[in-house]
Amino acid sequence: MIPLSWLIALSAIVFTIGVVGVLVRRNALVIFMSIELMLNAANLAFVAFASHLKSLDGQVFVFFVMTVAAAEVAIGLAIIVHLFRLRETVFVDEIHLLKG
Amino acid sequence: MLAVLFVGFAALLVVTSLMVVLHKNPVTSALFLVLAFCSLAGIYLLLKAEFLGMVQIVVYAGAIMVLFLFVIMYLNLQHDVETGVQIAVRRGIGWLVGALLLLVGATLLGAPAHGGSGWALGPANDELPGVEAGNVASIGRLLYSRYLFPFEITSILLLVAMIGVIVIARGRTRRPDESSRRASEGA
Repeated sequence: MIPLSWLIALSAIVFTIGVVGVLVRRNALVIFMSIELMLNAANLAFVAFASHLKSLDGQVFVFFVMTVAAAEVAIGLAIIVHLFRLRETVFVDEIHLLKG
Repeated sequence: MLAVLFVGFAALLVVTSLMVVLHKNPVTSALFLVLAFCSLAGIYLLLKAEFLGMVQIVVYAGAIMVLFLFVIMYLNLQHDVETGVQIAVRRGIGWLVGALLLLVGATLLGAPAHGGSGWALGPANDELPGVEAGNVASIGRLLYSRYLFPFEITSILLLVAMIGVIVIARGRTRRPDESSRRASEGA
């Protein structure tokens, strides 16, 4: 049996890596991948607690999170493709139309 | 044996997710992300979540990452150019925030909440419900009984996402850009 604390620590580390990726990178696609990392860290925490509490509800929640993540990725990538058509860039700090 | 496998998968997961963030080439980042998802699927299997392990491989490593790679290659991106003082400052701030977050997490995890380990939230059941039927069967039974309504809602969510993607990716119909006009002339 894997200790719960190891799993939660791993989840925290992966989540932090995702946060750093969002803050550090400029490429919108890599930022998206970092968001996926954070979602997966949350999923790992769900599965860890589901396994600890011997309950399947956490795994069902992970299923729902995966569905939402799939929808989010599809829409986000469509937005990025559209943005690239309009602005010829995917670097987020070159997209500052709202800054005025 | 279980612990050794877990440590191996966990190390692979951390290293590959770091490479996702650190590597300059988006295609390489995406491929490392595939590896990260596969090691996460391994951890799910170790936790006896077979259904999620399979779905992780099929949905994440299969569908989502193929979509990512398709878009990256469609946009034909070069390596990221990350130089300049402003970017260096922002990168430093990003790492600082990450270190702070990890510190907060470590403090929270290190402090025992209620006396003992601080981990056990409520009593842990002894038996997994319907474990003899297998993980996939019991999750399916749960999805179609207790979680039937959310399950149906997700299908509507996916439909909405599909329509939204088509509308966004089609672009403007009023003022077609050069490529779509050329495509319509060719048709």
